[in-house]
Amino acid sequence: MPKPFAITLKPGTSLTNLTGTWRTERPVYLDRLPPCNNACPAGENIQGWLFHAESGDYEQAWRTLVQDNPLPAIMGRVCYHPCESSCNRGQLDSSVGINSVERFLGDEAIRRGWKFDAPAATTGKSVLIVGAGPSGLSAAYHLARMGHSVEIQEAGPLVGGMMRFGIPKYRLPRDVLDAEVQRILDLGVTLRLNTKVENIEQSMQGFDAAFLAVGAHIAKRAFIPAGDAAHIVDAVSLLRSMENEDKPMLGRRVVVYGGGNTAIDVARTAKRLGATDAIIVYRRTREKMPAHDFEVEEALQEGVMIKWLSTIKQADESMLTVEKMLLDDKGMPQPTGEYETMEADSLVLALGQDVDLSLLSGVPDLEIKNGTVVVSDNMMTGHTGIFAGGDMVPSERTVTVAVGHGKKAARHIDAWLRGSAYEPMPKHELADFSRINPWYYSDADKTVRPMLDMIRRQTSFDEVQGGLNETNALFEARRCLSCGNCFECDNCYGVCPDNAVIKLGPGKRFKFNYDYCKGCGICMTECPCGAIKMVPEET
Amino acid sequence: MGFQPVKFYQTGTYTVGNRLLAPDERSVQADQARSNSINSGHRACQGCGEALGARYAIDAAMAESNNQLIAVNATGCLEVFSTPYPESSWQVPWIHSLFGNAPAVATGIAAAMKVKGRHDVRVVAQGGDGGTTDIGFGCLSGMFERNDDVLYICYDNEAYMNTGVQRSSATPPAARTATTMPVGAEPGNVFGQGKNVPEIAMAHGIPFVATATVADLRDLEYKVRRAMGMHGARYIHIFVPCPLGWGTASHDTIRIARLAKESGMFPVFEAEHGEVTGVLKIRRKVKVEDYLMPQKRFAHLFGKHAHPETVARIQAIADRNIRKYGLLDEGSNGDA
Repeated sequence: MPKPFAITLKPGTSLTNLTGTWRTERPVYLDRLPPCNNACPAGENIQGWLFHAESGDYEQAWRTLVQDNPLPAIMGRVCYHPCESSCNRGQLDSSVGINSVERFLGDEAIRRGWKFDAPAATTGKSVLIVGAGPSGLSAAYHLARMGHSVEIQEAGPLVGGMMRFGIPKYRLPRDVLDAEVQRILDLGVTLRLNTKVENIEQSMQGFDAAFLAVGAHIAKRAFIPAGDAAHIVDAVSLLRSMENEDKPMLGRRVVVYGGGNTAIDVARTAKRLGATDAIIVYRRTREKMPAHDFEVEEALQEGVMIKWLSTIKQADESMLTVEKMLLDDKGMPQPTGEYETMEADSLVLALGQDVDLSLLSGVPDLEIKNGTVVVSDNMMTGHTGIFAGGDMVPSERTVTVAVGHGKKAARHIDAWLRGSAYEPMPKHELADFSRINPWYYSDADKTVRPMLDMIRRQTSFDEVQGGLNETNALFEARRCLSCGNCFECDNCYGVCPDNAVIKLGPGKRFKFNYDYCKGCGICMTECPCGAIKMVPEET
Repeated sequence: MGFQPVKFYQTGTYTVGNRLLAPDERSVQADQARSNSINSGHRACQGCGEALGARYAIDAAMAESNNQLIAVNATGCLEVFSTPYPESSWQVPWIHSLFGNAPAVATGIAAAMKVKGRHDVRVVAQGGDGGTTDIGFGCLSGMFERNDDVLYICYDNEAYMNTGVQRSSATPPAARTATTMPVGAEPGNVFGQGKNVPEIAMAHGIPFVATATVADLRDLEYKVRRAMGMHGARYIHIFVPCPLGWGTASHDTIRIARLAKESGMFPVFEAEHGEVTGVLKIRRKVKVEDYLMPQKRFAHLFGKHAHPETVARIQAIADRNIRKYGLLDEGSNGDA
């Protein structure tokens, strides 16, 4: 075709020159594993649900969240959020308030009455779950959604396990607990309260499998010589009795013995019950204390006192004898022989809990270790068909870990009932901070949740920590760096000197045009979230 | 300053686009329908800053002129790699005449359009630092002095790259090129003023002068669109790293440009009628070493036979820029 006057070269004719042949390395898109997801004991896809929250689609965010964890409003209050500790944003300014956004989503779901998706078609299989704590509820939820018929048998008079009888109201209001539990029961899960399983083999007749999650409710004892009039109670029964009409009488000066989160909960509860002094006695130092630091901090703010490096030797009426301790090279406390006395109207022992394993007596092939039931990688005990999780198996004892056990067990039980084995998806490589190009993120400090005023914290059981509203929840969600997962910022599309990135449109991400990509790698360097990597070309 | 950064939308205005931004808050480059003025298949090296800068600038000019744009090109890398006969990468009306006469050719086209009554057609002239600061300098100054209705864009990669990295009057002190001292007490380019063409352009009192880098796309597009909204002689000087001539990794082109701006080595500002009206503040200040070290053209300043005194002299240049243009906010890191 003849060209118009004075035109020598046709526009865009360089397309005949396939510069992709220059390439020695090619960029590829990939999803890396965000550190938050990697750290979550419940296996939540945190980056995934934040992605929806960022665009203000809270319902989709909530639905993505509850694919892994049916209790977001509870999690947003009681989880110790290891996700935030591992958040890459923590190395920029401060970690994303994942926990506060999770709570917002959970509260929003309750407020708007969102329901779970209907279960899959029924499988005809039935599973008995023993214990209505976080692990049992989580397993029930997942199994029900997979189409199995589920019955929970609970020894106690109320549902929730340690979420009700261990965690005080000022951390977890009971209406929140009830709302999230009810949503699980609405899936068609049968709940039998006041039904203590005495013998699991007998009780599980008629069921195809059993999941045990009875928790750890028996308070550990320490031998403390005590006079007749000494008032000593254990933390488990004290916190349990808080659910009764009659509140326990502890007196004006309460001493709590122990250094875990339960000790903190007891001391803060005692303060709210009217104690002038609530003193924790712990044998080691703050650095060595197993309780979470922010809980210690909140307790100290409320006027709880802590006596470090001390053990209790003797308890008498309104008087305790305490021995000072010293840490040795290994960080273990050693007695010094120095004694002192302190006044106390009552002593609460918060020294950890044991599992009531009586329901397992006579069951063959079980392995019991340190008072817990050993399970294999698929959460099955040594006895075929009996699975276990939560506080009664060897692991960290938190609500989130328990929920994670429930999910994991449900997946394995489901596979086992179908005569196969559950194969978890291979994990993506980790999107650690070195994969992030921090330049591209706006500076934005973490949103601090409101706290209840001090007087009400010391005198009432009102919830201490407030929640986010829609505006600051959106802000907080948008602080997410989306580590390792494309969030469609258009950078690769913009920075390619060769127009070799094709933008596929909203929600569809991008594609490389390898006919022209020279493999310079600018897209990889300038990707904010580390969702591109360079791989050598095959020769 | 007119450039309004978007705040707190996860990435604000730092990324090219963002699915969370309203379409009118996204850049031209984020648009699926951007004009791709210089298309794939051009023969620029891997990671070419100039190819990138040219597409950023001309696409923005196209968007602002309703695609009624004629581009004049001086001889240089951009011309050579985009139009090896019989191919052209350009998707805009484009003309090349000589190395030194791009401003004069553009003046002629602008005059012709005026005579024909085509007030809708706008003219852009573009060239590298060689064609702008050395060879075409006389024509450029004339175009400024006559206040012809042309936007001239200089893509500054600080040497004659197309012919094999020879020194230009835009080559910075101490940088090694093919035509500077390879050895001796002070290898690399001599310390001196060189030619600061943005300031020379300002001295002509023309309506608009600005500098930009390929690391700040939003700022670059803002300046091109602002220039296109005016008439008369306008000048934009864009900093475009050259992986080949500077000895940098091809994937680091934008990072190097960012370091030039963040260290104060390349001040980013805009001026109207000879007066500075706005600067792009330094957001996360770095030392000049951070900018110099990744570049092989400055390798002789570091290592076993280091020249810390030379680095200190370069730091003094950066410090002077920071002071002169007010690139640092007191008590703030300059972030949006």
